Amino acid sequence: MDTALQASSTAPAPWGRVRRSRYVADKTLRIVCTIFTGIGAIALGWILLMLLYQGLTALSPAVFANTTPGPMTQGGGIINAITGSLILTFLGIVVATPVGIMAGTYLAEYGKGSKLASVIRFVNDILLAAPSILIGLFVYTLMVQPMGGYSGWAGGVALAIIAVPVIVRTTEDMLRLVPGSLREAGVALGAPMSVVIRSISWRAARSGMVTGVLLATARIAGETAPLLFTALNNNFWFRADLMGGVSNLPVMIYQFALSPYQNWRELAWAGALVITLSILALSVVARLLFKKDSVR
Amino acid sequence: MSPVAVSTSSAVGKSTANAAAPIRIAVRKLDFYYGDFKGLKDINLNFHDRQVTALIGPSGCGKSTLLRTFNRIYSLYPEQRAEGEIILDGKNVLSPSIDVNELRARVGMVFQKPTPFPMSIYDNVAFGIRLYEKLPRAELDVRVEEALRKAALWDEVKDKLKQSGMGLSGGQQQRLCIARTIAQRPEVILFDEPTSALDPISTGKIEELIEQLRSEFTIVIVTHNMQQAARISQFTAFMYLGELVEFDVTTKMFMNPSKKQTQDYITGRFG
Repeated sequence: MDTALQASSTAPAPWGRVRRSRYVADKTLRIVCTIFTGIGAIALGWILLMLLYQGLTALSPAVFANTTPGPMTQGGGIINAITGSLILTFLGIVVATPVGIMAGTYLAEYGKGSKLASVIRFVNDILLAAPSILIGLFVYTLMVQPMGGYSGWAGGVALAIIAVPVIVRTTEDMLRLVPGSLREAGVALGAPMSVVIRSISWRAARSGMVTGVLLATARIAGETAPLLFTALNNNFWFRADLMGGVSNLPVMIYQFALSPYQNWRELAWAGALVITLSILALSVVARLLFKKDSVR
Repeated sequence: MSPVAVSTSSAVGKSTANAAAPIRIAVRKLDFYYGDFKGLKDINLNFHDRQVTALIGPSGCGKSTLLRTFNRIYSLYPEQRAEGEIILDGKNVLSPSIDVNELRARVGMVFQKPTPFPMSIYDNVAFGIRLYEKLPRAELDVRVEEALRKAALWDEVKDKLKQSGMGLSGGQQQRLCIARTIAQRPEVILFDEPTSALDPISTGKIEELIEQLRSEFTIVIVTHNMQQAARISQFTAFMYLGELVEFDVTTKMFMNPSKKQTQDYITGRFG
């Protein structure tokens, strides 16, 4: 070995050949990236701090005890808007979950490589990026006009249409992460495809799929535009059959924030805080769930 | 020149081959296609009952392809098809009239990478049984224990049957997959390089296990490892470029092969 080392005839390259400009370029890029990350973080932090400050000031037990106040009246709360939002989001997710899971399963399990599947995938991606106001208008013509008025049902359907592509996408992505060898192993035991999907693929992808549904819930909980043409809003308790306007947080915030009344604007802040904290909670739960399962 | 087969040639033919054993699987004029590519060419081969037959050959020679025809698992992929005959218990398993799920309950398969299902150890083993038999809990318990014992895993998992199968070590997972397969009481077990993802100690355990399982099941094993083929099989088939080059009793194949190609391969001259 020693002789081999000594025998190398060429002299080693001198140190310090790396040009200074490379260090400079490296440092510059690092600084630029840090600055822009900072700008993003500051903007986000500003919004959140403002929301926390204004929202917490406006928040009081009365906010959760009273319905939205009329013009020129004092106090009031947002309990009807919170309840309405819960109902609309629930309706949307109940409709969207089976559709999204089944369609995602088709794409990942049955339609692999088929023409139909790639068309559906493409359309789904378009729907994922569609302006939500269009979906509101679509449901307006589809349901509000024929039914002769705004309703919570139309609001739920509009939200479902927003949620479906999210669930389809996450379901397909999560099922694609399930190794093909697992499916082969199921098939090799003589299990029909339906059993393989239900007992193996779905089970292996379960936490990811639930996470997708939770994220879709968080997404539709804050949607405003699709509700403007469907559930509209309501400053009082809505009807039990959900016909007519149904009060909800996003549209309430939109209307109250633009109002000239001090107490309305405060309630808008309170509503914004409630919605943001619920979405935050949903996202945290989704993350924990996903983490817990992927650790194994 | 006399071919020195493998370093562990003393282990060759540990258990003697029984060429008189009845034929369990008969392959006749088998061709296999991946789209337009012909992966197997006119394979004719017999597999003897309750013997271990090893399929060896360089990568891409078609040994896994051949294995995957026996339970028709290739049919998951629409561009793959087989032509010819594979006779098992008097029926051509390639015929469309055969129920593939029933076929797969008769012909079990263990894969290269361990494939525990995302469920408890108990449910993993019970999975295959539950597909075809509706047993009361007590009987199911007995079947699960029996399978785990035969797979030499019972002592290691008997106190944690409710825990996830994914929490086991690689070698244990592979034995769990073997338990899952034998729980179904198949006639034939196909092993597709079952130890190539395992450490030497786990490999040794699996090899011992295969030796024991031979008393009950007809076994076909694909392996890249020629020492392994020599150690555990009674018959060996050498394949090359989609063709069967030579098939014989393992001791003969490794000590005195009749084809030059076989000799070159087992002495490590190519492949």
